[in-house]
Amino acid sequence: MSSQPVLEIRGLDKSFGPVQVLHNVAFSAYAGEVTALVGDNGAGKSTLVKCLGGIHPIDAGEYVFDGKPVQVSSPREAAELGIEIVYQDLALCDNLDIVQNMFLGREKKSGLVLDEATMEEMAATTLDSLSVRTVKSIRQLVSSLSGGQRQTVAIAKAVLWNSKVVILDEPTAALGVAQTAQVLELVRRLADNGLAVVLISHNMNDVFAVSDRIATLYLGRMAAQVKAADVTHSQVVELITSGRSGELGLQNVNGVTA
Amino acid sequence: MSATTVRKGAAAEAPSIGSNVRGYAERVRGGDMGALPAVFGLVVLCTVFAILRPAFLTAINFANLFTQGAAVTVIAMGLVFVLLLGEIDLSAGYASGVCAAVLATTLANHGQPWYVAVIAAIVTGVVIGVALGALVAKLGIPSFVVTLAAFLAFQGLVLILVNDGTNIAVRDQTVLSIENQNLPPALGWGFYIACVAVYAAVQLIRARRRAGRGLTVDPATVIAFRVGALALVGGLAVYALNVERSRNALIVSLKGVPIVVPIVVALLVFWTFVLRRTAFGRHIYAVGGNAEAARRAGINVDRIRISAFVICSSMAAIGGIIAASRDNSVDPNTGGSNVLLFAVGAAVIGGTSLFGGKGRVIDAVLGGAVVAVINNGMGLMGYSSSVKYIVTGSVLLLAAGVDALSRKRAAASGLR
Repeated sequence: MSSQPVLEIRGLDKSFGPVQVLHNVAFSAYAGEVTALVGDNGAGKSTLVKCLGGIHPIDAGEYVFDGKPVQVSSPREAAELGIEIVYQDLALCDNLDIVQNMFLGREKKSGLVLDEATMEEMAATTLDSLSVRTVKSIRQLVSSLSGGQRQTVAIAKAVLWNSKVVILDEPTAALGVAQTAQVLELVRRLADNGLAVVLISHNMNDVFAVSDRIATLYLGRMAAQVKAADVTHSQVVELITSGRSGELGLQNVNGVTA
Repeated sequence: MSATTVRKGAAAEAPSIGSNVRGYAERVRGGDMGALPAVFGLVVLCTVFAILRPAFLTAINFANLFTQGAAVTVIAMGLVFVLLLGEIDLSAGYASGVCAAVLATTLANHGQPWYVAVIAAIVTGVVIGVALGALVAKLGIPSFVVTLAAFLAFQGLVLILVNDGTNIAVRDQTVLSIENQNLPPALGWGFYIACVAVYAAVQLIRARRRAGRGLTVDPATVIAFRVGALALVGGLAVYALNVERSRNALIVSLKGVPIVVPIVVALLVFWTFVLRRTAFGRHIYAVGGNAEAARRAGINVDRIRISAFVICSSMAAIGGIIAASRDNSVDPNTGGSNVLLFAVGAAVIGGTSLFGGKGRVIDAVLGGAVVAVINNGMGLMGYSSSVKYIVTGSVLLLAAGVDALSRKRAAASGLR
C-alpha cells in the first residue's frame, strides 16, 4: 500500500448551468488498490468519473496526478496520462474481433498497412497477463462473446496501454453470478498488478469482495472515503442513504445547501 | 471464388482443414452466409439459362456479360462503403450520369483530351460525395433523404448538361476502348498469370511471417485450395474470353479479355486492400458496427462518413465513364432508370448488409455478376423490359429478405 495517491482530486466543483452537481469533492485513488465509488442514483458518481476522464471540464478544484498538478480537458489527455475508463455500455464493436476491438483507434501499423501480427501478439500477452482463459480465440468476433467475456475484453482494452488508473463503471451490473465472480477476480488482479482501480458499483457484496477503500458520494458531496476494513456493510449503506453514519460522513447534512 | 471466404481464426489452437470447414459451416448455419447465396444463385441462373437458351453459353455472350455488368459493378463497389456505415446513397446512379455528362461535354464541347475529361468526371464525383457526406455527417440529415433529394436534383443536372435531352456522342478512342476493345490474348494470359502469382505470393508470405512469429496459420491445403480456385476460375474465364467470337473472323477478329475487366480487377484489389489492410478500412467497419464506440476510441466519425460518400460518388463517376464508353454516348438516361437499383441489388445480393458493419468489395462483383446474368439471360429469353424489371425487383427484395433473416438468425446464435 503506497502512501501517495496516483490520482488525487481536491475541492472539485462542477455545475451544469444553474445546477451544481459536485460540491467541493475530494477523491484519491492509490496504486495497487481498488477504490470503490458508491452512492445513490444522482449522487454524482458518473459526473465525477467524467470529470476524471476529461469528458467534462471542471469548474474549480485541483487535479493531481502522480504528485504533479495537471489539466485534463479531453479524453485524449486523460489517456495520455494513463487514465482509462471502461463504460457501462462497453463501447465494443460487435462486428469486429477481439484484437481489432482492443486496438480500435490506436492500430499498430507498419507503413500504411495494419500490423496484424504485432497486434495479435500484444493482445495475447495482455490477456495472458490478466490470466484470461475464457475466450476460445482472440480472432473471435465480439458478437459471439458472453457478457462476462465482453467485459473482460473491455477491461483488457483499457490496460493494454500501460495505463495507471482504470475506472470501471458498473462492470458487473448486467452479469450472472459466475460471470460476476470472474470479472471481480479480474478487477482484483488489475490492482495486484499495480494499477489503481476505481470501481463504481451498486452492489455492496461486490464492493466488499474486492475493495481496499470505499468512497461514498451523497448528493454531490464526498460523505466519506474510508478503508473497507474499517467499516461494516450497514455503515456504508447508511452513508449512501443519509450521508452520515455515526462519526463518519457529513456532520451537518441538513445544512448542506449552504 | 466463394470457397476463399473460409476465413482465418475460426478455430483457436491448431487450425486444420477440418476445423476450417467446420467453422465455415457453423457460420453459414448461424446466419453469416457471406457470398454463398450469390454464388449459388449464379450457378443456378447460369444452368437454367444455358439449358433454355444455348446462345447464353457462346463466347460472344460470355464477353457481353462483362461489358454489360461492368458499370453497375463499379457503382456497387462504391455503394459497399456507404452500406457498411448503415447509410444509403440513392443518388449514385444519377451521380454517375452527371459525371458521364461532364466527361462527354468536356470531350465534345471543349475538345479536351481524354485524361482531362476523366479527371473532370472523377473530380465531379468527389465534389458530389463531399456535399452529400457533409449534409449527412455534419447536418445530420438522414442519408436516405439527402440522397433522395440528390437523386431528383441530379436528374435535372444531367438534363442541363446534355442541353435538355440531346445525345452527346463520345468519339474519344481511349474512352471508347474501355468497353469496346480487348487485350491481345497473350496479354490476357500474362495478366492472369500475374494475378494468380501475386495472390499466391501474398498468401504464402503472410503465412510464413505468421508462422515465424508463432501465430496460428491456415493449413497449407486451405491456402492451396484458395489459390487453386482462383487459378481455375480465372483460367477458364480468360480462356473463354480468348476464343474467337467474331461472326466472320476474316473481316474483323474479335477476341481477348475486354479492357474493362483488368480495370474492375484493379479497383477490386485496391479497395479490398483499403478495407481490410488499412486503419481507414478498419474504422469504416467500426463506425458501421458501433458509431459511439468508434467515437470514444478517438475515431473521427464525421470524417469517415464523408469519405465513404466520397468513395461512393467517385466510384459512381468511374461507373459513369464506363457506361459512356459502352453506349458511345451520353444522354439523359445515362445512370438513370434501373442503374441505381441494379447497383444496390448487386451489393446486397453479394452479401453486403443493409444494416451496416458487414460487407466486402468482392460482394459487389459477385452480385454484379448475378444482376448481369439475370439481365442478359432474360433478354435472350425474349422477355420484355417489364418482366425484367419485375424479376430484378423481386431478386433485390429476395436478397434484402435473406439479409434481414440471416441477421435475425445471427442475433439468435450470437454471431452478430
